[in-house]
Amino acid sequence: MELTNENVLGKLVAQFGEENIRDAYNPDGIMTFTTNRENIIALIQFLYDDKDLQVQFLTTMAGVHFPDHKGMEMCMMYQLHSLRHNFRLRIKVFVPAEDPVLPTLTNIYATANWMEREAYDFYGFIFTGHPNLIRILNIEEMEYHPMLKQYPLEDQTREDKIDTYFGR
Amino acid sequence: MATDNKTADTDQLQEFRDNRDLKLQDKKNENLTTLNLGPTHPATHGIFQNILQMDGEVIMDAVPTIGYIHRAFEKIAERRPFYQITPLTDRMNYCSSPINNMGYHMTVEKLLGIEIPKRAQYIRVIMMELARISDHLICNSILGVDSGAFTGFLYVMQEREHIYDIYEEVCGARLTTNMGRIGGMERDLSPKALHLIGEFLKRFPKVWAEFEKMLTRNRIFIDRTVGVGAISAERALNYGFTGPNLRATGVDYDVRVMNPYSSYEDFEFEIPVGEKGDTYDRFLVRNEEVWQSLKIIEQAYKNLPEGSYHADAPHYYLPPKQEVYTSMEALIYHFKIVMGEIDAPKGEVYHSVEGGNGELGFYLISDGGRTPYRLHFRRPCFIYYQAYTEMIKGGQLADAILTLSSLNVIAGELDA
Repeated sequence: MELTNENVLGKLVAQFGEENIRDAYNPDGIMTFTTNRENIIALIQFLYDDKDLQVQFLTTMAGVHFPDHKGMEMCMMYQLHSLRHNFRLRIKVFVPAEDPVLPTLTNIYATANWMEREAYDFYGFIFTGHPNLIRILNIEEMEYHPMLKQYPLEDQTREDKIDTYFGR
Repeated sequence: MATDNKTADTDQLQEFRDNRDLKLQDKKNENLTTLNLGPTHPATHGIFQNILQMDGEVIMDAVPTIGYIHRAFEKIAERRPFYQITPLTDRMNYCSSPINNMGYHMTVEKLLGIEIPKRAQYIRVIMMELARISDHLICNSILGVDSGAFTGFLYVMQEREHIYDIYEEVCGARLTTNMGRIGGMERDLSPKALHLIGEFLKRFPKVWAEFEKMLTRNRIFIDRTVGVGAISAERALNYGFTGPNLRATGVDYDVRVMNPYSSYEDFEFEIPVGEKGDTYDRFLVRNEEVWQSLKIIEQAYKNLPEGSYHADAPHYYLPPKQEVYTSMEALIYHFKIVMGEIDAPKGEVYHSVEGGNGELGFYLISDGGRTPYRLHFRRPCFIYYQAYTEMIKGGQLADAILTLSSLNVIAGELDA
């Protein structure tokens, strides 16, 4: 079976229902859709086990923070790759900032271990069931998650650098 | 969210720390030695630590600590205009920075929808393959050094100097190159650069053949590397291995072939694969890849198309300085680009290139502003280094060193 964005999406919708495979779009040739945290593990396991799909490679995971997206501020992006069919897809899960809890993927992909630690370190995602969820790149004593948008990069109290000088 | 979350985090952190301490205590009862490999150990070739639990010479367990040279590139990138991010990518895998630069440029070009002329694509291919050669050359010769053969290292290091001379001629820099621009190259290949590349193509094969001859059938080298630090294809895929380390296990995944970029589909080359995924196989795969890279460079050098070395994208590509002084439009564009006033379109792209160590990916979200909203680097080193513990367990300390060198872990890429 030739994998296309349409037939893979159709298959997933048939399996998980339309309410769980939402907002499918195609920003750069890679099919992207949103699911919720209750389904994410079952979905990735299904993609892994399915004989036709064989999506068995986790390319990357990236957290994104959307402070304006009230109620669902935190986004976790999973990018998977079927090496057999050279088919990539991207799954997003949105969770509220007060409760950034996701199930761990380490039982399916060993590589998710450090990716999840990185997401915890920089965004404060909590992965339930993770074997060793501690900070990975920052010092353990750090008290905040630096990639969140409320922490600006430059010292905002500096007055000698006015934005207008820099075209900002 | 700040306060609530903070307490939850610290509780959890404490719990994990307690668990880890308990685990270490258990091990202590069994009469094991704890050994610190790193952070500044000469054989790690970078700053990262491994706390080893040793039973005599045998490694029972290892706890890796990374992040010693973390520089928050992903955070910095969120405040910089697009063209200012290229120097950050240099500093990831600094053994092959042109590949990082080009990969980033191609990502942004994908976002902007710029079509690159063939000549620029071929120049990029030449530079990327030179970078791959210099990357593999360091890795393999350092593997020789770590197993006790210093001569080969010094011998091929000279050739790396020649590659850096070519970089210097093409972009002005040697190590952290900042090569090319969004939309092409910043200048055409000069006659001198073409001459240097031609010379390199003539001279290098002899050097590399001699280097190979020194190690490939060397009895001591084989004894030290065969069967050391092996990983199965299944585990390697589960750990997200890419690049030579994955190919050494027998999986022929190469981004250049699977998702060709920058005209790689025009070139004739093979993907070497190993069998057992041990240190020796990784060495052989890298050796062979150097030959394949040479083949690609030769083809690109011979068939270098005529045409422009950059795309016609005045909004993003700096105009020639001459025009800035004489033409109004050029002056405006120059000013807007340099001050970072050009807004990128909204979008979301992922682009990956075959870096020295595997699939180097860039995941870019743009909200239509002057800077990326989010830029995530898929760094192959970061992803496969976590398998290191599993690979060295049950082996000897000296083997752990060789495994580390053959994985080619670059600290800059590991920590970003």
